[in-house]
Amino acid sequence: MKDTSLVVAGMATLAAGTYAFRLSGQVLRARISFPPRVTRLLEAAAVILLAALVASTALTEGHGFSGFARPAGVLVAGVLAWRKAPFLVVVLAAAAVTALLRLAGVS
Amino acid sequence: MSSIRRTLERAVLADIGLTCLAVFFIGLSYGAIAVASGLPLWVPAVQSLLVLAGASEFLFVGIVAAGGSPFAAALAGLLVNSRHLPYGLALPPGVTGRGWHRLFGTHVMNDESVVFALAQEDLRAKRAAYWACGLGVLICWPGGAVLGALIGSAVHDTNAFGLDAMFPAVILALIVKDLRDSRILRAALAGAAVALAATPFLPAGLPVLVGLIAVLLLVREPAGAADEQQAPVREGAR
Repeated sequence: MKDTSLVVAGMATLAAGTYAFRLSGQVLRARISFPPRVTRLLEAAAVILLAALVASTALTEGHGFSGFARPAGVLVAGVLAWRKAPFLVVVLAAAAVTALLRLAGVS
Repeated sequence: MSSIRRTLERAVLADIGLTCLAVFFIGLSYGAIAVASGLPLWVPAVQSLLVLAGASEFLFVGIVAAGGSPFAAALAGLLVNSRHLPYGLALPPGVTGRGWHRLFGTHVMNDESVVFALAQEDLRAKRAAYWACGLGVLICWPGGAVLGALIGSAVHDTNAFGLDAMFPAVILALIVKDLRDSRILRAALAGAAVALAATPFLPAGLPVLVGLIAVLLLVREPAGAADEQQAPVREGAR
């Protein structure tokens, strides 16, 4: 691992900043009103960010392709979620499909 | 806790319980992945308790384990967590508690507790759902992370169980409701494509941020859209 104190500083930054986000929304809510359009854009930006996160964690490893097993599991999960399957089913299906594919020799 | 039981319907409590169980499972994979990628147990343990926001923690651990700077990892995590600001805006005052309670109640704000709070009708039920889910996640997420880290130290190949597929699946399940809006879906696909295209060239974490550029697709709103979509905050899946 990297220098421990650097990692601790990074963790503290993330924890403090996250708390600040949580608190500032609450404080702002009590004081000013955003135009609904801005709130929607912020919200959409979060969804886009998370979608990009899904794509990169599902399909990439380091700077390259992750192999087929993981994205296949995530794809099955996506189809199940789209068809409104229960959350737990969606998540376990992703792990199960990926694990079975690896068991079958697909990386 | 007894007042929570009195205020909330049984079905809502069951959903919250199931959600916390799922969070526990993801926590298991988080802890296992963290130690499998070479980090000591205390990193996921402390992180899960003090950050308490799964996606950003996975990102942080992923970047640091890949050799990235912890500070860059924290910034990437903060960008992912910026959605808590609109969450705080969407919660009616009083849901997170008052006075000193609010300082603690603010910490348990996450995708799950916000979704359940927004789904309830009156303020009392919103507050009860928020706290029930928030406290449940506060127990299950760090609990799962520590247990996963202990198991992960023993089990070397966590990938064999497909645990690495659980995280993207969870995020996908949480945003799938938003993706039913075709404009959001288009922007999300564009953002994902940009992130993937940037992956070979940029350091870990940055491709996801570059994907944010797709929000520009939404800046010019068609007339009338403001009337159609009123909900300021997405109501996550499940």
